[in-house]
Amino acid sequence: MPDQLLYAIEVSLNGLMAGIMYSLVALGFVLIFKASGIFNYAQGVLALFAALTLVGLQQGQIPFSHVINAIFGTDLHSFGWTLPSVVAIALTALVMVGMAWLIERLVLKHLVNQEPIILFMATIGLAYFLEGLGDVMWGADIKKLDVGLPQGINETIDAVTFNAFGYGFFIDNLDIIAAFVAAALVLSLTLFSQYTKYGRALRAVADDHQAALSVGISLRFIWVLVWSIAGFVALVAGIMWGSKSGVQFSLSLIALKALPVLMLGGFTSIPGAIVGGLIIGMGEKLFEFFAGPLIGGATENWFAYVLALLFLVFRPQGLFGEKIIERV
Amino acid sequence: MLYREAGDFKTSYVKDSQTFPIKADRMAYFALLAVAFGVVPFLINDYWANAVFVPFLIYAIAAIGLNILTGYCGQVSLGTGGFMAVGAYAVYKLMTTFPDVPILIHVLLAGGVTAIVGVLFGLPSLRIKGFYLAVATLAAQFFLVWLFNKVPWFYNYSASGQITAPERTMFGIAVTGASTPAWAKYLFCLVILVALAWLARNLTRGMIGRKWMAIRDMDIAAEIIGVNPLTTKLSAFAVSSFFIGVSGALFFAVYLGAAEVGEAFGINKSFLILFMVIIGGLGSMFGSFAGAAFLVLLPVLLKNVLVGGLGWPTDLAAHIELMIVGGLIIVFLILEPHGLAQLWRVAKEKLRLWPFPH
Amino acid sequence: MKKTFTMLAAAAIAATTAAPALADLVVPNLSYRTGPFAAGGIPYADGFNDYFTLLNERDGGIGGEKVVVPECETAYNTEKGVECYEATKGQGALVYNPLSTGITYQLIPKVSADGIPLYTPGYGRTSAANGKIFQWVFNYPANYWDGASVAVKHLLDQNGGNLEGKKIALLYHNSAYGKEPIRTLQELSKKHGFTLSEIPIDSPGQEQKSQWLQVRRDKPDYVLFWGWGVMNSVAVQEAANIRFPMENFIGIWWSGSENDVLPAGDGANGYKALTFNGVGGDYPVYADLKKYVFDAGKASGAGDQSGSVIYSRGMYAAVIISEAIRKAQELAGTPKVNAAQVRDGFEALEITDARLEELGLKGFGQAFAASCGDHGGAGGAMVQQWDAAAKKWNLISGFIEPDHEVLDPLVAEDSAAFAAENNIAERCN
Repeated sequence: MPDQLLYAIEVSLNGLMAGIMYSLVALGFVLIFKASGIFNYAQGVLALFAALTLVGLQQGQIPFSHVINAIFGTDLHSFGWTLPSVVAIALTALVMVGMAWLIERLVLKHLVNQEPIILFMATIGLAYFLEGLGDVMWGADIKKLDVGLPQGINETIDAVTFNAFGYGFFIDNLDIIAAFVAAALVLSLTLFSQYTKYGRALRAVADDHQAALSVGISLRFIWVLVWSIAGFVALVAGIMWGSKSGVQFSLSLIALKALPVLMLGGFTSIPGAIVGGLIIGMGEKLFEFFAGPLIGGATENWFAYVLALLFLVFRPQGLFGEKIIERV
Repeated sequence: MLYREAGDFKTSYVKDSQTFPIKADRMAYFALLAVAFGVVPFLINDYWANAVFVPFLIYAIAAIGLNILTGYCGQVSLGTGGFMAVGAYAVYKLMTTFPDVPILIHVLLAGGVTAIVGVLFGLPSLRIKGFYLAVATLAAQFFLVWLFNKVPWFYNYSASGQITAPERTMFGIAVTGASTPAWAKYLFCLVILVALAWLARNLTRGMIGRKWMAIRDMDIAAEIIGVNPLTTKLSAFAVSSFFIGVSGALFFAVYLGAAEVGEAFGINKSFLILFMVIIGGLGSMFGSFAGAAFLVLLPVLLKNVLVGGLGWPTDLAAHIELMIVGGLIIVFLILEPHGLAQLWRVAKEKLRLWPFPH
Repeated sequence: MKKTFTMLAAAAIAATTAAPALADLVVPNLSYRTGPFAAGGIPYADGFNDYFTLLNERDGGIGGEKVVVPECETAYNTEKGVECYEATKGQGALVYNPLSTGITYQLIPKVSADGIPLYTPGYGRTSAANGKIFQWVFNYPANYWDGASVAVKHLLDQNGGNLEGKKIALLYHNSAYGKEPIRTLQELSKKHGFTLSEIPIDSPGQEQKSQWLQVRRDKPDYVLFWGWGVMNSVAVQEAANIRFPMENFIGIWWSGSENDVLPAGDGANGYKALTFNGVGGDYPVYADLKKYVFDAGKASGAGDQSGSVIYSRGMYAAVIISEAIRKAQELAGTPKVNAAQVRDGFEALEITDARLEELGLKGFGQAFAASCGDHGGAGGAMVQQWDAAAKKWNLISGFIEPDHEVLDPLVAEDSAAFAAENNIAERCN
């Protein structure tokens, strides 16, 4: 095979993998939008907060130690333990559930029945707040997140492709794991929503708030539930991205990579988030590969949006979004 | 007692439909203008101009612009930062190519250039709606920033890609460049803001504004009663982009003096201005001012109180400041979901009835 | 509600108008401890503050005058930077050091109009090294073009003085900062006959797969890297992932801190970076810092950054500023110096090896002497290499001199363009 073709295949494969990483973030948006019609601006910050909490718990950092030290003049830093990853992840998931409960209690409860843009704005406030809180609790320095996920080139794929084509493909182990995690996440979310009582309630709410209320489904409970799940998804995204780049403020910016995915796949579709991620990931990488050298590189950021825009012109509700029916 | 409309009789339709129908409002408005033009320029120093007034005035222009598009015409846009960059680079190219033309003309021309670009990127709005459109305008944001970063012609082939505003004058007084006096910056921005706000106010209550609002409230219904969605939406994009372009030009030329596109006009700017519009109140002129004031002044105020007043370490203060701003946004929303403008309206309503609320 | 607002407003006004006692030496610290680049901003600000605290505690300030370091948070944001500049300038600020290329460009015209020196060690506008044009700006001991040249010199050393036919890739932050070295490297590639490929990465740079796949395909012999913030740690990680030989991967000084290599673990072993100051806690000054600052509970921030690369660099900036103030006091004959006198101090500053040893910093920085025309210093930098097992940076070279033959015309050209744009006449003639 000619080199150029091999390279293009390698780039596409990596694009697909990167797309899955984007999908992980997009999933959280979809869940909340589906169940409550809220465009959750805070999803990226949620991922950051989850990752910060995970690292903090794992390394036994004392929350708010900086404030305590500043006020009382003490010199506290650490509880002096290191938790195993599994325990820390479980505890962080609990924290995210608690947070979902608080968000419902303090914010959403008061804003039932408001227009989408108002709820969007509430999540902006939430994003600011959590960003500040994360920094105050755990500090703004960069942290290493290590839950034992393997990273680096996958030797098997490298060797197999090298023998077959004379050029070893590069696939990152972390990306492969992310693919499995995303698959497991989607599978369990589907199972949950199809075969459990709460899942059915969730779908009922997503379908029609008022009808759901009238058959006795507690909207508030569903909101706590869906924010908890979104918090958990944010934790997964935080772990994956955090292992890649370390945990600090920039982690919250991954939300920007998820937006084109979201709009391409449709705000309301879980499979859409995955398929959208794959298309965006592959599209932007291939464009960078072919057009980048001609027009100067660093095209990925805008090309993802332009690609999504092209799809939207033909399907204004995204690939898998619910068809918009308008009546006068 | 003091603030009421009893006894304020209108004898003509023109008087009835004026912007401030209540006498006390009108007086307050003129008093405010008098202070802004007659008192502040004499008191202002570099700190107050650069930290508070000039950014507030410039952001207010941008917020009015975005409010026309989002608040009046219902098209959510996240391309504001990119459009401001268009204004900034347009004014830079004009300033350096035609050094002898007064800067005001350049600023307005930069707005015109931005309007054209805005219409171009407004085209998808004919197909795409709501949050989908918001995300689609992000394409404009990222593409424009990339373009200005990549094509050396835009920054006159300087080594690092930064643009720096040379000194330009109005009536012999420097308005841009480092030696500009604080009052000149302030007055230049104030004059433009007042003129543009007046224009926006009158556009929005004229025929074109009604068309925008018809599209916002329900575009299909509006189409049926004879509002052309193509021209209406695109005119909103054009007018809005003009305002945003002017603000971008001022932001670069008068306020910053030097800019780098990714940093000064990045995605954060787009979000910031959208936040101003939503927090201030969609579809309200007052809201644009209130939102700009809230998000420009509050951080400065908090910083001064926490660091200067209470003596906290700067990092702690910066983090707490974020929490307070976020918390306040949520609290305001719960108290009054339709923004500061609505809060103001309710307050005035209460004041009018006070002290006999029934 | 209204009452609290009025109270807040009153407090704010009181806060903004309250000025410190004018007798003190005011050196504002425009830091960033929040935002995307906090990981670099925190240690820098801590090192900067701690050194001045040490001078105050141990020597009673500089020449008997206490140094006040008002800190102002910029979050690496140019608007906040301007706000900080205006807020602190009224307090009698003697010199600014904003640690941001963007804010530096913002401040160059402003400081020139206000008459306050701007000190940008190892960042900012490179051509400010030409003191004939940039009267108020100082960027010694080294700038980006020096850095690019030193990196190429280091590669020349390794290849027996010949880079003919080698491929070098420049991976850079797609911004003013990252674009700085391009022109220099292009010139050097002509001179030494290597091929240069430029690969931009958009900020913040969490996703660099395309770029590193390109590196993997093109197999450049060396990769030079101009990154900042999260871009650094991701790049080091990705380089390790594609098993790029780390000893052929060289970062500029802002891409070579502990934060950048620790997240990649063992994979980062052998990564090289430039530095224009010594690193690690082995210098005698740390004993004093421990005694007067850390143990006295007066450390800035969390107090856990001592000896790290960027902490050392913040401290280096403070050392140079304090020496310039000392020089200014000597020239002016009074300990109470103003900004213009401090500028003269900067211009007459001479750092010798003996002086560094006196300060407890033997070999920490390169000796240099500034002059009216030379605001850029000697421009030398060292190469450091990361040892992942010991978790520390080791210096593997002495100071390497840049190629002035190539750089000087470039500096002259760029500063001439600035002078023409702003109608500045050359000084010092």
